[in-house]
Amino acid sequence: MLARLRTPALVLGVFLLAALPPLAFAVDEPFYIDLFRRFMIFAIAAVSLNLILGYGGMVSFGHAAYLGIGGYAVGILAYYGIDNGYLQWAIAIGASALVALAIGAVSIRTSGIYFIMITLAFTQMLYFLGISIEEYGGDDGMSLATRSQFGDWLDLNDGTTFYYLVLAILVLCMYIVHRIVNSRFGMVIRAAKSNEVRTRAIGFSPYPYKLTAFVIAGAMCGVAGALLVNQAAYLTPDYMHWTRSGEIMFMVILGGIGTTAGPLVGTIALLLLEDLLSGWTTRWQLYLGIFLVLVVLFAKRGLVGLFPGGKRDG
Amino acid sequence: MAESGMADVLLDVRGLVKTFGILRATDYVDLDVRTGETHAIIGPNGAGKTTLIGQLAGNIIPDAGEIRFDGEDISRLDASARARKGLARSFQITSIYREFTALDNVALAVQAHAGHSFRFWQPARGEAALRDPARAILNDLGLGERADVLAANLAHGEQRQLEIAMVLATRPRLLLLDEPVAGMGADESQRMVKFLGTLKGRQTIILVEHDMDAVFSLADRISVLVYGRIIATGAPEEIRENPEVRRAYLGEESEA
Repeated sequence: MLARLRTPALVLGVFLLAALPPLAFAVDEPFYIDLFRRFMIFAIAAVSLNLILGYGGMVSFGHAAYLGIGGYAVGILAYYGIDNGYLQWAIAIGASALVALAIGAVSIRTSGIYFIMITLAFTQMLYFLGISIEEYGGDDGMSLATRSQFGDWLDLNDGTTFYYLVLAILVLCMYIVHRIVNSRFGMVIRAAKSNEVRTRAIGFSPYPYKLTAFVIAGAMCGVAGALLVNQAAYLTPDYMHWTRSGEIMFMVILGGIGTTAGPLVGTIALLLLEDLLSGWTTRWQLYLGIFLVLVVLFAKRGLVGLFPGGKRDG
Repeated sequence: MAESGMADVLLDVRGLVKTFGILRATDYVDLDVRTGETHAIIGPNGAGKTTLIGQLAGNIIPDAGEIRFDGEDISRLDASARARKGLARSFQITSIYREFTALDNVALAVQAHAGHSFRFWQPARGEAALRDPARAILNDLGLGERADVLAANLAHGEQRQLEIAMVLATRPRLLLLDEPVAGMGADESQRMVKFLGTLKGRQTIILVEHDMDAVFSLADRISVLVYGRIIATGAPEEIRENPEVRRAYLGEESEA
């Protein structure tokens, strides 16, 4: 099974990411550490979405909700002076899991376009809730009082330390998803995606399995939210904006849905391209859109599908 | 249920009704299936055979009537709950996991009956408890060589066999087969009939089939469904001789 995880794209990607900080310092551009740390945080969100979208067939158009829940959990606790990172992140994960449980319990009873719209609607509700709470900055958001505190051994104010923490969490999340999708549990959600009628006919009730996957994905994305608010040192309802949900979905589709490496490759490709294009022209979104359409039309299995050996787990 | 001889009735259907708009697809159907028998349901196109199977399996909700399985009323249970009780079906249009290998398909069916699947860490493809029984069933069906082929890449007849393998892997007490040899070549069809013959006696089967050779060689009893009603039930010879059946169904075919 590990052999499949070691697709060329993945090994190369992780190696390059690990080598980036010393290289950035060597060329005196530490800015790249900050940039790629941000990329990797979104990659964690994409990895979590891939679990339900790529393997479970649940096209959630509201995955940014958990970025917001994770971010707000950390931000609000910090606002009240609770800066213990372990506690903050545990609450971020728990709150995200609970919200995912509530949203999933309703939306997983639907399918197709209804599922897409319901997940979108719930996330919009949370977005407007974030806007309406003036205490935490409302529309404008608020600065994070202090970054999460983990003691002397792990200082998030040190950019490189923070970078390697994010990289470690990213690799861990990818490994967890890889294990889950190949386990008995994972086979059930993939079976339900492949042929729901057959899955019921052999005796599975897909609902509790799909809901569990939805909660795991939400909790994992909550971690990304906790990281993101520490990254930006700023809390804003924009984390939950629907365009953000769409962006995470594009990261997964661009990289290749239902693959181990896809979400990472897709995230870096999308955000890098956004960065390059926006520095080059103000109409960057147009060019990005054209590129995405081309990928969807001509590389149906995403960028990972173009790599030799980078095939789907299947 | 106190009558003598009812003990060996595995499936007991009373007064089943299903209407689609103005079409009464199932019209007060009574049916009993005895433990161990192969009970064929035949009838002309549009007689409501697939609708009946759908109601027995739990895919279609009847408007009225009762379905008792081993004495228990299962009319309100959904398809997955009925499958767990031991009713397993094949579909007229092959229903398999196309993007999984043949072995994965059958292993999933084994897994469905191996307790809950909330196991998140060990690779399912490495579990002998799932793979070994699945491989044995594929061998029984003559698909052993094709275990690692993606289901989508199997020939049509092989896909039908694979579906039967999956259904059997759930260790059903009652097998509902909806046209198992439909669309198969003569050789494949013969092999499938031969295989189903090996199940006779140890496996209770409801067989919906158009192929009369298959029906008459396999069935212990036959029920004839015409316009949603069962017009006759009996041993193959009785059905062959029944004038009403000949008129409604068999006659048309032999003349054609």
